[in-house]
Amino acid sequence: MNAAPYTLVIGLEVHVQLRTKSKLFCRCSTEFGRPPNTQVCPVCLGLPGALPVLNKQAIDYAVRTGLALKSEIAKFTKWDRKNYFYPDLPKGYQTSQFDLPICSRGFLDISDSKGAFEPKRVRFIRAHLEEDAGKSMHDEVAGKADSRIDLNRAGTPLLEIVTEPDLRSPQEAKAFLTELRLLLLYLDVSDCNMQEGSLRCDANVNLHIPVDGKTVATPITEIKNLNSFRAVERALTYEAARQWDQWSNDHIAIGGRPKQTRGWDDVQGVTTLQREKEEASDYRYFPCPDLVPVTLTGADLDKARGELCELPAATRTRLVQQYELKEYDSDVIVSQGRELVDYFERAVVAGGPAKRVSSWIQQDILRLLNERQQSLTQLGFSAERLADLTKAIEAGTVDTSRGKEVFAKMLDDSALSVAAAIEALGIKAVDDSELMELCHQLLAENAKAVNEYRAGNAKALGALIGQAKKKNPNADPRKVQELCKQLIDSGAV
Amino acid sequence: MSLSPTDVERIAHLARLQLSEAELASYSVQLQAIVTFVDQLQAVDTVGVEPMVHAIELSNVLAADEVREGLSRDLALSNSPDHDDECFRVPAVLG
Repeated sequence: MNAAPYTLVIGLEVHVQLRTKSKLFCRCSTEFGRPPNTQVCPVCLGLPGALPVLNKQAIDYAVRTGLALKSEIAKFTKWDRKNYFYPDLPKGYQTSQFDLPICSRGFLDISDSKGAFEPKRVRFIRAHLEEDAGKSMHDEVAGKADSRIDLNRAGTPLLEIVTEPDLRSPQEAKAFLTELRLLLLYLDVSDCNMQEGSLRCDANVNLHIPVDGKTVATPITEIKNLNSFRAVERALTYEAARQWDQWSNDHIAIGGRPKQTRGWDDVQGVTTLQREKEEASDYRYFPCPDLVPVTLTGADLDKARGELCELPAATRTRLVQQYELKEYDSDVIVSQGRELVDYFERAVVAGGPAKRVSSWIQQDILRLLNERQQSLTQLGFSAERLADLTKAIEAGTVDTSRGKEVFAKMLDDSALSVAAAIEALGIKAVDDSELMELCHQLLAENAKAVNEYRAGNAKALGALIGQAKKKNPNADPRKVQELCKQLIDSGAV
Repeated sequence: MSLSPTDVERIAHLARLQLSEAELASYSVQLQAIVTFVDQLQAVDTVGVEPMVHAIELSNVLAADEVREGLSRDLALSNSPDHDDECFRVPAVLG
């Protein structure tokens, strides 16, 4: 499948902004998009003498995520200072976790319902809590050569999740991020809004090239500034080709050049060299004397485990087993999030036939949500009404095509029941004798189509459907066509 | 443990300190004295002693996730060397 003369090796670092109301070490708001420097205090400004106090909710979210990622949760975890100078880091260090992160190891399974790659298990190295930096903006107004700093974001809690270099293609990387995002949304620990920077990703990439029966690795590059899943996919594709070109030119292997940091330019579609990476020891990590360690007991973890919701992978399997949905259909519903899964299940509990509910959700509800850019609540079509509608279709009270009219009518009036909508549209069940009469009439009036059908053109009878609709809008087109065929095939006409 | 002038230069660079030749020489001597003093700890037999991660024997000092008012923007910006109505201003940050 992979025709490239190398194996692409990818590890990801994902920064997840946890959706706490206040910051990690102070009680300033974490709300996005407020006027600059209006959510700051002595702690997150790094003023002398200010003392940080840890946000309990951030620990709870990190534990919840770690459990869902099958990680080992540390019974004892502490805080360290990562020292570097940058104007958006007012303290001169980032409070992070160095040698005792809150989560270690773990894994997430990914697969592709279209079979673009083999199912695989992506392992994690660790996940630790740390604080975000502020935001620097270069001031281009008046050509002033300085930067403006907004510290609203400084101190916002991040969970940095680091994978093993287990990913082998840009598609796998994208699928992994999509699944991780879905999991985080199910866990309700982050809003995962990429536009607002709630989910940020760096990728570590190199190539393993077979040379004379041995494998040579190219120098690793870290790609930053990956602001969308599409950017991740494009940047990795670009970087693989770039490293192959570079290797073909200079044959420099890993160790022959320091690790590079490259930035992704989404407009140009290229990665550009930012800097050669400082050694980890240059950050001179040391334990933060201002913050005391966190201990978690077995009882704490048991409690958190007990409160864990059903995870996407389990929901996918359950929908298939419990409602006999196809794997693909189950995946579509689950991938839309917990809200849609709940909606589906409520409709089924209210008596909607599961497969029909599933297909209505996929074909009609999702299309509308997409077209109108609305949420389920905004759409105003309750699961119970969907249950009633699909029940009516299943019972044959309305056919599928008139069912769409009923659906549209019910959407316009949130108080309208299925029965009322059916009545308002003048839909009446057509009994068998009426249908028989209609078909006889049609066949008598369309000798040409009948002859064509007899001559072997199976599609010739399609022309009758439009006429049938005109004569009786309630006649089910599928039934009309079947009955006409029967009449001809049996020699009755 | 001994410090070479290169070590001191590197530490100064990481701390964004620009040292003159004379400063480098005198700080090298001072820093070496500090390291030598701390090095005395190497003489202590620590076999069987649990490593200590923190000087304070406390854990789980936690706050509830409730937003509290911080500083006003004017006050927050007031001590900085340079600012405009909204932001701190610093020498150009590129990249």
